[in-house]
Amino acid sequence: MCGIVGLFIKNPALESELGALVAPMLSEMTERGPDSAGMAVYRDPNDKGCKVTVLSQKLDFDWASFEKAVNSHFSLNKFTVTQNHAVLSLDNSLSEVEHWLASNWTDLSVTSAGTNIEIFKGKGNPADFIKQFDIKNMTGTHALGHTRMATESAITTEHSHPFSTGQDLCLVHNGSLSNHNRLRETLKRAGVQFKTDNDSEVAAGYLSWRLSEGDDLDEALNHAIEDLDGFYTFAIGTKDGFAVMRDPIGCKPAIMAETDDWAAMSSEYRAIATLPGAENARIWEPEPTQIYSWKRS
Amino acid sequence: MTAINLNESSVRELNEKLQSGSSGDQFSVNNTVGKHALSVGLTSEINVEINGHVGYYCAGMNQQANIVINGNAGPGLAENMMSGEVRVTGNASQYAAATAHGGLLVIEGDASSRCGISMKGVNIVVGGNIGHMSAFMAQSGCLVVCGDAGDALGDSVYEAKIYVRGEVKSLGTDCIEKEMRDEHKKELKELLKQSNMNHKVEDFRRYGSARKLYNFDIDQVDEY
Amino acid sequence: MSKDNPTLIESSTFPRHVIAEIQRAAKTGIYDIRGFGAKRDIPTFDDLVFLGASTSRYPLEGYREKCTTEVVLGNRFAKNPIHLKTPVTIAGMSFGSLSAQAKESLGRGATLAGTSTTTGDGGMTPEERGHSKTLVYQYLPSRYGMNPDDLRRADAIEIVLGQGAKPGGGGMLLGQKISPRVAEMRNLPEGIDQRSACRHPDWTGPDDLEIKIQELREITNWEKPIYVKVGATRVFYDVTLAVKAGADVVVVDGMQGGTAATQDVFIEHVGIPTLPAVRMAVEALQEMDMHRKVQLIVSGGIRSGADVAKALALGADAVSIGTAALIALGDQSPEFDDEYKAIGSAAGFWDDYQAGNDPAGITTQDPELAKRLDPILGGRRLANYINVLTLELQTLARACGKSHVHNLEPEDMVALTMEAAAMAGVPLAGTSWIPGKNGM
Repeated sequence: MCGIVGLFIKNPALESELGALVAPMLSEMTERGPDSAGMAVYRDPNDKGCKVTVLSQKLDFDWASFEKAVNSHFSLNKFTVTQNHAVLSLDNSLSEVEHWLASNWTDLSVTSAGTNIEIFKGKGNPADFIKQFDIKNMTGTHALGHTRMATESAITTEHSHPFSTGQDLCLVHNGSLSNHNRLRETLKRAGVQFKTDNDSEVAAGYLSWRLSEGDDLDEALNHAIEDLDGFYTFAIGTKDGFAVMRDPIGCKPAIMAETDDWAAMSSEYRAIATLPGAENARIWEPEPTQIYSWKRS
Repeated sequence: MTAINLNESSVRELNEKLQSGSSGDQFSVNNTVGKHALSVGLTSEINVEINGHVGYYCAGMNQQANIVINGNAGPGLAENMMSGEVRVTGNASQYAAATAHGGLLVIEGDASSRCGISMKGVNIVVGGNIGHMSAFMAQSGCLVVCGDAGDALGDSVYEAKIYVRGEVKSLGTDCIEKEMRDEHKKELKELLKQSNMNHKVEDFRRYGSARKLYNFDIDQVDEY
Repeated sequence: MSKDNPTLIESSTFPRHVIAEIQRAAKTGIYDIRGFGAKRDIPTFDDLVFLGASTSRYPLEGYREKCTTEVVLGNRFAKNPIHLKTPVTIAGMSFGSLSAQAKESLGRGATLAGTSTTTGDGGMTPEERGHSKTLVYQYLPSRYGMNPDDLRRADAIEIVLGQGAKPGGGGMLLGQKISPRVAEMRNLPEGIDQRSACRHPDWTGPDDLEIKIQELREITNWEKPIYVKVGATRVFYDVTLAVKAGADVVVVDGMQGGTAATQDVFIEHVGIPTLPAVRMAVEALQEMDMHRKVQLIVSGGIRSGADVAKALALGADAVSIGTAALIALGDQSPEFDDEYKAIGSAAGFWDDYQAGNDPAGITTQDPELAKRLDPILGGRRLANYINVLTLELQTLARACGKSHVHNLEPEDMVALTMEAAAMAGVPLAGTSWIPGKNGM
């Protein structure tokens, strides 16, 4: 069980404050999810090449050597290390980079890939996560965050949300799926790979499978309503914005708000209450199975 | 009038003050920022004005107090209320007045899903629309909806009465439209007056239990 | 083989009682509803034995050398934890499923024995509160009779997610037991078959539960311990989540736990035995370093002081009895055998609690039948039984050299079967093997 938050900046002047605005939102969700936290940030686009975020389970990983190796194989234009993550911005094709990483750096896992997205996953208290990853100083166009209370799977960094479902795509989930085990097996046979036994990862894998089968995001989500069983509020991050959808029973909480400056969603109003202008925002609850989305034009 | 600022006081301090109030006392509560369990378990006829949006379970298990929320309310507003009056000027999230035994809840805006779930005698008047599965297993009391109702209205309803002015997206199991007789019109008129809703009784329809699920009957097996 | 005709062979897959059930289903078109807990043969505490004193371990003498049984429950957050003289408590059973006389007997007996009783799915009766020195008030999905005055009168609050007999099922009370008084308490029409919700109406999931617990504490001034009760299924996760949501005490009820009414298939085929449930609950608590800080009560088939001792040795802080308490009051008594036979059953087999025609006057609302149970006598019998459980517990604890029953540990036991060894996490007698843990 968990808390989820999403913030989409409409007014470009506020992009520099993305982190300052989303950090308190995440912090408000700590009680719902004291075990771990994670965040996807969309910023610093590399339209010529790709961006990849990698995570090392080892805290003493030799990032310097890794950077050297990357540099010798690819056209690295930016390399930033934060805690046990590194964000690589390269002027190469994503498939080349992913293939090289998978073959040579099995100790690293890729948390996100695309042109805009960066995903950071933490283990332990959300307050520590916010501090360690300096969330408050992040800039960007939109962010999705998650605080986790582990239900049926372990607490590890890899189990933290957001889960990446494809290029510049990610998923955060509040709820509990009841058919994820069989669905995982079906998706594995279709070629989807999983790192954990987490139900949310199955939802993420399902969406990316549907997208790879030619669905657009709306179609993939509509298919999800039929194929996923259980309770869920999903927030999905895309390159240009984000989408929110609830299951047909609609028991897990979800609240949305919008002003001229931003659009936001969360599991509880008190996270949205931290945003400037929240008192006068348009506030509503998403209807079950309806897809709500925002996009930069 | 005692003003309580939640930037300075804790939720515990707020509830302690309100729970020890005496009949006629007036309170205002500010800087609510979506906090949970505000103004719960009150026991006397005090007046509380809450300024701002509130989180879950505001006015939970209310007895006798008059509580006004100038803002929106989170899930479980006035859950299990026993008596008194709660009014919210904005919208209410799911489970409003869940299992409540008495009193009056007025939601000027919209209520979300499961409004009046398992209600046990409370009267609820909603100025706007209500969401799906409202009045689920509603045992007694009245739910008045001035706008539209979502799917599965009154699913598995017992003896509660439902009055709807707008459209009903779909009816739940064992819930049917029923005749509006004089006693119903009188009851509805009184509730609309009490809640300051300016609508005509003639515009409403009544829904209630078909009572087919009261004792198991194999021929009703499809309903389960 | 049949005694009368030695060539007849009964099928294990379709024995007579299964045949009878299929025929009944074909006749009526409704599932079989009954009371009691799981009757089939499953590993129980019987498959564990204690290693008593030996050359290296010394027993305690009776009388002079104390073996204390006092238990404190709910000291994590509550201002007023519960203090009990014995770790045996009475489980939640409703007025409605039980007669008023039965509830009064339970209250009187528990009070005499220095322990607590628990309300059930109908709410709190004044007699129950009056006769029970320590009363735990259940907070169930149905919320029948729930009100803040009773919450404040209670000594503890038990949020019920489920029970061992039917984890995932709601309460059930059939029309014949919805008497005028029951109907009034539950706000239902008289004589109907009660339908009950299986989920709580205003929260879903441990993230919401945390907020609900906060609300209940605010309403009761943070005085009362909050228990969270689950039927034994995914025990490890459930106990972990209950602790994270803020529970003071966790109650885990195994599949042998009784009910007044539910579908037979639910009782027999959903939920796990109490034996592994205890171990998993304790493991969850230990992993969070919350063992003994959040107390654990287990129930489901507790019958003797040996069961109590074994549950405690596995790490529980206390146990609850339900079925055994009713038997102590007179349920299944041979003196009613003719009457049981007249309604299609027999003493020792009776499980139609839902029918409301109980000759012992316990699971009925019929005033003529209910009159048969004298609450003062019933209370005395229950107190006697609880005292025996406590004495037996002490006897075994002393034999293992313990001056407090909480000092019993898993290492004081071995298992007689592989299943019990695997479920309880205790070695198979004569070996150091715990299936699934070491070796294989």
